Amino acid sequence: MGEFIMPSLGADMKTGILVAWRVGAGDHVRHGEIIAEVETDKGLFEVEVFEDGVVERILVQPGPEKMPVGTVLATIRAEAEVAEPPTGEATPAKPRLKISPAARKRAAECQVDPATLQGSGQQGAITLADVERAAEGEAPAEPLPQKAPDDFRAGMRRSIAAAMSRSNREIPHYYLETEIDMSRALAWLKEENARRSIKERLLPAVLLIKAVAKALERVPELNGRWHEERLQIKKEMHIAFAVALRQGGLITPAIHQVDRKSLDQLRDDLSDLIARTRAGRLRASEMTDATITVTSLGDLGVETVYGVIYPPQVAIVGLGRIVERPWAERGLLGVRPIMRATLAADHRATDGHHGARFLEALSRALEEPEKL
Amino acid sequence: MTEEQIRQAVLSGLAEIAPEADPEEIGPRENLREELDIDSYDFLNLLIGLNEKLGVEIPEEDYEKLVTLENLVSYLVLRLV
Repeated sequence: MGEFIMPSLGADMKTGILVAWRVGAGDHVRHGEIIAEVETDKGLFEVEVFEDGVVERILVQPGPEKMPVGTVLATIRAEAEVAEPPTGEATPAKPRLKISPAARKRAAECQVDPATLQGSGQQGAITLADVERAAEGEAPAEPLPQKAPDDFRAGMRRSIAAAMSRSNREIPHYYLETEIDMSRALAWLKEENARRSIKERLLPAVLLIKAVAKALERVPELNGRWHEERLQIKKEMHIAFAVALRQGGLITPAIHQVDRKSLDQLRDDLSDLIARTRAGRLRASEMTDATITVTSLGDLGVETVYGVIYPPQVAIVGLGRIVERPWAERGLLGVRPIMRATLAADHRATDGHHGARFLEALSRALEEPEKL
Repeated sequence: MTEEQIRQAVLSGLAEIAPEADPEEIGPRENLREELDIDSYDFLNLLIGLNEKLGVEIPEEDYEKLVTLENLVSYLVLRLV
């Protein structure tokens, strides 16, 4: 029997709110299917289930209470397992109510149906106070309030503050920087985009993310997690990209399997991700699966970005604005479009040699854009 | 297609990419990207929206001409009217 628990959607997340179920008891679920909606300081997320099976029992009803990460929300039976003996009802079993014995007794005395109550206790449990309130004819519990934009932003700021403080405290960062000649990449993009209709045009960001994936093939030590005092190198490249929200706040959702996608697929994925990020409709796996982060502030005119690593990742790539600069090559002076790229990396996991090789590989990848 | 229709399409496109702003309040000579905090992704979406509304394809080399509301409307008027 599997358990579906309140997931952790970020290094600093301690609690979440179960907003809605997408399935009910008795439904078949498949790996990757969206099973519930959870809200955290960073927004509303669709949470996937990671096994095939049948939803056995929904243990917690949606409600406004914050539940600790790890709370069991439902049980899932693998297809091969035998179902629990039927409870004697013909219809799918009603989800079991979380209600204290005292509350249940009081509810019977007052002729209040506990199924109609919103529990205010631990994990949504119905308490004696809830029953008393209902018995006195008070208004039913309010529907989940829409978070005021200011609350939401304040919450997000706190989240970011916690993650960044932790990162600074725990991770010994080292920083490297290089300048990359973007003339060939930009020329290639210009030619490509001239041939494409507007919906198919590639933004430089797409090229940059793919180039990062290529460079990681050379230096896989930067694509991993720091866990239990050691580096765990990951084979999959899920690259998180920093997306600024329209009125403040920053989210870094991940694009999965970047190394396996074509530029066109990446363009579509990136577009979709940015749109859903700004609409607050991301999936849990997009928040938890990143193996490295890329932050690009070029649009805002910043030339150099020194990032702060998001634990448990071990590196963050910063990309600045592309600027025309004098450039000397083979004794001749010219002008080239130059982009400053930085790497901030965890010194417990890698050292400057790895970092330098990565930046060199990134530079070379961008000099051969047709190979991306 | 009149200039007014084009202007309305542009304002509606701007409202789509910057929903919290009031496009009617943007001065004709203000820098759109700065005023509305639009990045290159938003700008591309704006142009895709205009492509859908007005059927006009804007080549990449013309992007830099489209700084203000006035620039954008005049450019489109030239192409469409």
